[in-house]
Amino acid sequence: MINRPLSGITEQLPGDELAGPVAPDPGQIGVKRPRSRRWVRNRSTLVGAIIVASVVLVALVSLFWTPHFYDEQDLNRSLLPPFWMDGADPGFPLGTDLNGRDLLSRLMVGAQASLFVGVASVLVGGIIGMVLGLVAGFFGGWWDAIIMRLVDIQLSLPGVLLAIAVLAAIGKGLLNVVLVLGFVSWVQYARIVRGSTLAVKSQEYVLGARAIGAKNNRVILKHILPNILPPLMVVATINVSSNILSEAA
Amino acid sequence: MGKLILQRLWQSVLVLLAVSILSFLLIFLTGDPVAALVPLNARQEDFDNIRQQYGLDQPIPVQYFQFVIKALQGNMGESFRYHTDALSLVLGRLPNTFLLAAVSLALSIIISLPVGILAARSRGRVFDLIASFFALIAISVPSFWLGVILIIVFAGTLRWLPASGSGSWQQLIMPAVTISAFSIGFLIRLIRRSVADTLQKQYVVTARSKGLTEQVIAWRHVLRNSAIPIVTVLGLQFGALLGGSVVVETVFAWPGVGWLMIQSIEARDLPVIRAAVLILAVFIVLINLAVDIIYSWLDPRIKLHNGSGAEANT
Repeated sequence: MINRPLSGITEQLPGDELAGPVAPDPGQIGVKRPRSRRWVRNRSTLVGAIIVASVVLVALVSLFWTPHFYDEQDLNRSLLPPFWMDGADPGFPLGTDLNGRDLLSRLMVGAQASLFVGVASVLVGGIIGMVLGLVAGFFGGWWDAIIMRLVDIQLSLPGVLLAIAVLAAIGKGLLNVVLVLGFVSWVQYARIVRGSTLAVKSQEYVLGARAIGAKNNRVILKHILPNILPPLMVVATINVSSNILSEAA
Repeated sequence: MGKLILQRLWQSVLVLLAVSILSFLLIFLTGDPVAALVPLNARQEDFDNIRQQYGLDQPIPVQYFQFVIKALQGNMGESFRYHTDALSLVLGRLPNTFLLAAVSLALSIIISLPVGILAARSRGRVFDLIASFFALIAISVPSFWLGVILIIVFAGTLRWLPASGSGSWQQLIMPAVTISAFSIGFLIRLIRRSVADTLQKQYVVTARSKGLTEQVIAWRHVLRNSAIPIVTVLGLQFGALLGGSVVVETVFAWPGVGWLMIQSIEARDLPVIRAAVLILAVFIVLINLAVDIIYSWLDPRIKLHNGSGAEANT
């Protein structure tokens, strides 16, 4: 359970802070929030930011320095208790594992892997899924049929089978884990983005933009994308943490 | 609607075909299935015998066609491990998984919908903060940990509920709670976000100025218009749960499809894996069709059958 501190942080990010001001939805009315509520909002952003920053800091420090080498074994000091229990060794604040490896050092190095896997796999899956979902939802017809049936196929193949097979074929390693997790998760984003795109596509402001002759890519980037981001952000940030947990599993 | 379903029907045949081919290939990628079937000290002849006995000595395309011809007659082969019909093995586990998935999803909706809406309406105030905090915890708790803790508390210390197995409603409670914890947290955040966005739209302001009650606004105007991402996620979640929640089924010894699937993958029990994957594919196709139909019911402007998308290119 190296990942405990991480699974929490991402939850501070969704929605409110990221997507709120990004969406210039002409259907929205600019209501200014009372100062008190903005303060509450900023405070939870601040707490989130501090937690994220501290994990990133730990991961960065561990690149240069850890109390002990993370893989150094010494059976004489196996299973030392952490500092809040009796019999702890001050040299090993979080104790040691079965093989006498320092848990604090392992936790610090583990933060690197967790951060990398969580963020990178969501980026890989999110970008593939967003592009394909936008294409399917916006152009519809054959595009939609082909992409969404691909989604059906991918959803039907059990993730475990896919992971074992792909990792057996291309080998293990952190980068490959990222690729597998990203590749397995693109379907979620694709379906969510497509659903929201379908709904936004027929809103008055999109029809209006088309009526005054806006090109497809302009309509997609300026009018559809900002309006489908909020649900996407919620899903993406939750996935950062659940991907970290799957990497552990 | 009829046209949509008809179109989907033949597309589904292609999906099932692709899934069967891919699952066939993936299994062989994971390694030689015979190695899992023979004892460790097996001689070369044993390998060859077993290979021949299960028809694994044929080239993969030949094996595939034999499989398809049999499968079309409703015969997915015999399990290598249990020596019974693979299809009935999977179908026998399906009701358990279906029950667990349906109950967990229902539980998630019942809790997350009112909480999510209320949180959106009181954004930044106390209720919102509490709801968001609990959602955060529900998402962050890994299911294997939550499952074990529930067993220790409710089956061990308090002795209120049986620790494992299936068959009675008491045995359903803990697995269902464990599974739905994550989706409850997830859905609360998603519903809160979608509803909060919709609440700022002009038609909500109009509805309010018409004097409609907050209750009517929430259910008639807001929920309907923020439901599309929620329905999408529910569909995905249901599909994922039907594939079996491996961790929870293992922790609670719940005899479902997920457990069967993992054991079969470990033992390279090819017929069972194929049967389970195909059954799951049928459900995924049906769920996604149902979700699309719900889309066009929620928002009649959404048209999904072929031909409606062409106008986007002009």
